[in-house]
Amino acid sequence: MNTAVLEEVRSPMNKAIHVSLPDATTPTDPSANIVSVRGITKFYGSDVHALEDVNLDFPTGQMTTLLGPSGCGKTTLLKIIAGLLDSTSGEVMVKGKTVTSPGPERAFVFQDFALLPWATVTRNVAFGLELTGVPLKEREAKAKTYIEKVGLSGFEDKYPHELSGGMRQRVGLARALAVDADVLLMDEPFSAVDEQNRRKFQEDLLHLLSVEKKTVIFVTHSIEEAVYVSDQIVLLSPRPGRIHSIIRPELDRSSSPDDIRRDKVYLDTVEEIWGNIREYLD
Amino acid sequence: MDLAFILPPFSSVLGELTTLILRHDFHAAAWQTFQAFAIGMFFAITGGIALGFIMGTSKTANNILGMWVNIFASAPLSSVVPVLMLLFGLGQLTVVVIVILFSIWIIALDTYAGVHHTSNSLKEMGRSFGANQRQLLVKILFWAALPEILAGVRLGLIRAVKGIVIGQLLLSVVALGRMFRTFSDNFQFEEFWALTLILFVFALLFSTLIGRLESKVEYYAGTRD
Repeated sequence: MNTAVLEEVRSPMNKAIHVSLPDATTPTDPSANIVSVRGITKFYGSDVHALEDVNLDFPTGQMTTLLGPSGCGKTTLLKIIAGLLDSTSGEVMVKGKTVTSPGPERAFVFQDFALLPWATVTRNVAFGLELTGVPLKEREAKAKTYIEKVGLSGFEDKYPHELSGGMRQRVGLARALAVDADVLLMDEPFSAVDEQNRRKFQEDLLHLLSVEKKTVIFVTHSIEEAVYVSDQIVLLSPRPGRIHSIIRPELDRSSSPDDIRRDKVYLDTVEEIWGNIREYLD
Repeated sequence: MDLAFILPPFSSVLGELTTLILRHDFHAAAWQTFQAFAIGMFFAITGGIALGFIMGTSKTANNILGMWVNIFASAPLSSVVPVLMLLFGLGQLTVVVIVILFSIWIIALDTYAGVHHTSNSLKEMGRSFGANQRQLLVKILFWAALPEILAGVRLGLIRAVKGIVIGQLLLSVVALGRMFRTFSDNFQFEEFWALTLILFVFALLFSTLIGRLESKVEYYAGTRD
């Protein structure tokens, strides 16, 4: 089937839309975009050029994915937004204010879970609250709520080594949700989770986020995952990382997960992104 | 010459062991030795852990201190005991210093290894959820390094027992060292071996105690990455 035919069968409202890129001078609207980055450039030492002049807006309440081949600086960009890494130049604005260090309005979900191996599920989920001095009873009650929300009821007193990869990441997600940050930063959260659990987890995540109303910045190298979960996909080019394109897959989120994965727009968007990434691999 | 008297039958050593344990001069000597050991270990543990943390958290400190700690950890420290005797006299103080010198370095090195190898994402996790320096140290780094710290303390204890025996033998005027010297000078080998046996048992006991603590943190030692 050629592209022309594909274009015909797409309904006008139901296709991937390409968005124009903001530049360094585009003013940011804090009410529409909770996070904005302007002119972010990052060098590691003097020779590794990780990011070059990245300008991006992250719309409030939406899921934006940073996607690209290995070494395109997507995790670097996420850590700069988190305040865990300093950029060489440029600035990150959260709710209209420039930030240079971690803050309570952002919570991070780690690729390798980063759970305290000596602490129970409850203490791990409550750890962010423990650090900010929330009293024990209060933070344990809150932890219990989120343990339930991520589907880990009954595992409150287990230790991380007693849980599977998928369950560990649910603990990581519950910990990030428990501190009630507006923005969740997720660094390849499902890469250490097996395929079956990953799909279930993606579905649960989408459901949970629609209830919790968070803005999510999500790093992945899986094209399918990016198209499935995202409102906005930022495709980065390899080192130095630059924005290649921004794609908004206009999927009907009300249909079932299986229908979304069979949807033409879903499949076409995956193919289109693959086509773009393949250029870099040749 | 018949040297059999050097290795008396084990039964007579055990027989002497019971008499020795009941002797008053043994109690006094053992208590004195234990005091030196406990005081020395206290300073070695606190000092060693502090040193390890400083080296593990600051690259500059590690560059400056690392080489020296490694040299002292592997140096034959028995050879400096006579110098210590000159510096600190022929009493308890020298024994305490010997205990510290024998054990502090291995504790520092193991603590350093534990702190240094704490996964980066655990530290980032702490920072991203707003931990300050003290919280990072107390709530994350210390616990993450605890299995290595305990291993260091156990090795340090064993070295300290060696140190105390060597120190007191060389000093031979205080506590158990004097008893050792008296027994060997008078060819009382039953007593000599009984005393050695007691020290072995003590070393083993301490090491087992720390080993039990270690087994309490073992469940996460292998799953920290």
